[in-house]
Amino acid sequence: MNALNKSKLWANLKSKYSIYMVLLALFLVSWLANENFVSGENLKNISTQISVGTILAFGQTILIISGMLDLSSASVLALAGVLSVSAYKMTGSLVIAFLVAILVGVLCNVLNGLMVTKFKAPPFIATLAMMTMARGAALMYTNGQNIYQIGDYVVFGQGRILGLPAPIIFMIGLLVLTWYLLKHTVFGRSVYAIGGNEEAANASGINVNKVKMRAFIINGIFVGIAGVLFMSRINGGMPNGAIGYEFKALTAAVIGGTSFTGGIGTASGTLAGAFIVGFLDNIMVLIGVNSYLQQIVRGAIIALAVIYDIWAKTKKTKLKLGNVESK
Amino acid sequence: MNLDIKLRVSNVEKFFPGVKALDKINFAVRKGTVHVICGENGAGKSTLMKVINGIYKQDAGQILIDEKVVDIKNPIEARSLGISMIFQELNYMPEMTIEESLFVGNWPKDRYGKVDWKEIRKRTLQLLEKENLNYAPETKIKDLTVSDIQMLEILKAISYNSDIIIMDEPTSAITQKEVEVLFKKINELTKRGTCVIYISHKMDEIFRIADEITVFRDGCVVDSRPKEDYDMETVITQMVGRKVESIFQKEDIEIGEQVLQVYGLTDAAKFKNINFQVCKGEIVGFAGLMGAGRTEVMRALFGLDEYQAGEVLIKGKKVNIRNVRDSIDQKIVMLSEDRRRFGIIPVRSVRENVSLSSLKKFIYKGRLHAEIENQTVADLCKKMNVKTPSYETSIEALSGGNQQKVILSKWMVTDPDILILDEPTRGIDVGAKHEIYKLMTMLTKQGKAVIMVSSELPELIMMCDRIYVMAKGEITGMLKRDEFTQEKIMAYATAIRAQ
Ligand SMILES: Nc1ncnc2c1ncn2[C@@H]1O[C@H](COP(=O)(O)OP(=O)(O)OP(=O)(O)O)[C@@H](O)[C@H]1O
Ligand SMILES: [Mg+2]
Repeated sequence: MNALNKSKLWANLKSKYSIYMVLLALFLVSWLANENFVSGENLKNISTQISVGTILAFGQTILIISGMLDLSSASVLALAGVLSVSAYKMTGSLVIAFLVAILVGVLCNVLNGLMVTKFKAPPFIATLAMMTMARGAALMYTNGQNIYQIGDYVVFGQGRILGLPAPIIFMIGLLVLTWYLLKHTVFGRSVYAIGGNEEAANASGINVNKVKMRAFIINGIFVGIAGVLFMSRINGGMPNGAIGYEFKALTAAVIGGTSFTGGIGTASGTLAGAFIVGFLDNIMVLIGVNSYLQQIVRGAIIALAVIYDIWAKTKKTKLKLGNVESK
Repeated sequence: MNLDIKLRVSNVEKFFPGVKALDKINFAVRKGTVHVICGENGAGKSTLMKVINGIYKQDAGQILIDEKVVDIKNPIEARSLGISMIFQELNYMPEMTIEESLFVGNWPKDRYGKVDWKEIRKRTLQLLEKENLNYAPETKIKDLTVSDIQMLEILKAISYNSDIIIMDEPTSAITQKEVEVLFKKINELTKRGTCVIYISHKMDEIFRIADEITVFRDGCVVDSRPKEDYDMETVITQMVGRKVESIFQKEDIEIGEQVLQVYGLTDAAKFKNINFQVCKGEIVGFAGLMGAGRTEVMRALFGLDEYQAGEVLIKGKKVNIRNVRDSIDQKIVMLSEDRRRFGIIPVRSVRENVSLSSLKKFIYKGRLHAEIENQTVADLCKKMNVKTPSYETSIEALSGGNQQKVILSKWMVTDPDILILDEPTRGIDVGAKHEIYKLMTMLTKQGKAVIMVSSELPELIMMCDRIYVMAKGEITGMLKRDEFTQEKIMAYATAIRAQ
């Protein structure tokens, strides 16, 4: 019986916390590799740098768990961002500017949601279409020009709250929100159920379309906020900004253990995934890794994460590890 | 050494986190015999079969084929060693066509190494024709009935010409007619020297088909003997570890007013003009052959499918049920016959599966309250006798019968008035069957109404107050308890009116 308990405990530890152990290991190795890594300033920088991508990743996490994804998040971020900047320049109100970004994010995602729920388009295709349209709209609105001189708008991305850079606070706030939604609400449970088995979720009385729509709307809010932070951090409304961020977000989610087959994933896992990428990027710069090589390493990490995901899953069907709480 | 022995299992053990699923299993299968394995839900039958088929690796012990130790790493190796398996949990790919699924992993190639679709088409047509299955080869699997999917799985496993064929509850989803076909096939197979390992919870079947019987309990072999040395009572007693009545005594329960009335329910393609009533405290059966439209009617009633015409009244009031939520709110629930597709959320825990349909009940101060939820889940699972290492275990890790109990628990949490049970005892052991009958009795005592769809006539006859019989999408007859006979039901089911 003792051996049994031990194997159970170990299986739980391995399955539940492996991603955090990887993060810890990476942290320690980076520490040894370069003494500048563990300075308060550097860690703060890393956190600020990953914040926008991580906020997008929280939205992706919810979507991926329910068996969907959002390829349009970076383009919608750009559209929401430039419109928000421009609204600020017109009205001078930070509140209105903030609300405009969220509104745009939500509207685009309502369209995504409609395509997926009403017209039964696969999320991949629906959001691919939105990705192209939103980027086009951002470029058309700005005529392809960056909007400069954004004045006080920079407080969102460059101001401080409680002594910490504001984006970090936003990231933490949305982490808590995502965690709460997934763990403590009917919505969150429904998200896991739909990703796990959509037909069974429907036959259990879950309104699948409504939940999917809500997932997109929440994603839209996150994308809007990310838009404000991004533009504010780079001092301008850039219609060509944040290109490739949707993949950064997907990467963080996948490395964090969100499974593309649906039904599995957590907010904290995604945060850990984002930090793994962030630490890695940072340490490669600190120790002077060739920038092309950096890209190769980044790609390899994704491949490893996916291989691990699949390996863990086949092992799971072979061994059916007890706990499903996180991974 | 006995040269007759084809497969031998020696001291095999298998651990899962928190459970010892197999404990020093020893048994042997002789050439050309049907070896039946019986045991309660969770006894370890499927686990052993999966070890033999290379899906699980045993933690200790050996598998021997022709008295030589073999190391079976995966199902493909198993197949090359002459082992094939029909799985208990139908694991089909809904979007595949019949011909694709028949040859998956085993595609005939032309001389350029390309998949030979012409050949596949030819062989599929031959097979479908030979087996009297009326489908086009390009039909998608999701458009077949569960019973035909199961039949295809059986035919596929047989088509590999294996020496050892493992059948894990092959008849839990097929009708009597197809059972006969299967038994004929098994006879042909054993004549050729193939051995068949056969798992089932249906006692009458077991005694018809077995040469030898091995009884499992809690991961151990209790006993193994030729059929002639066994009788039903002994098998059941060995399985359960105590005496169980082999027939269930229906209790007299007062029948109240009508709670559900259905008039003229019609859906052009599936059923037409369905009229029936169900009363408080009543168990109403639905009999019919596979494909008679019973499941379809129930799905429409439950809000899973739309229907074109008809009225549904609950407690005398007309209701308009458009989706499952409406139905649950009207206190109607339905246990689906296809547990894998419409029942379980595989990657999630037992707890989450049980609470899924009643999440609102666990909200306290705006959030899901873990304690209320855990308490409710634990209480029900105990009441329903669900065997699971913990409530956080993923439901996939449970034995088939226990998954069924989890889904039943899910519906019990919603506190329904009308329960539609579509094949509720499918894949469930004798003891658990009795528990389900008891549960039905208890529910009707509380004034609830039960609709029971079943392909097992003895069970319907034993449990029901009235039985409606369907054929080709219509209700062809209704029988009261004192009129029940298998012959009458079958006459209606084949749409030849008795009287
Ligand atoms: N992948 C797994 N992970 C953890 N536990 C498992 C796994 N598969 C089976 N078990 C456990 O092992 C035991 C044996 O299960 P098994 O599926 O072999 O039962 P069974 O005899 O086939 O039952 P049934 O008649 O219900 O199909 C059960 O307690 C079950 O919960
Ligand atoms: Mg089994």
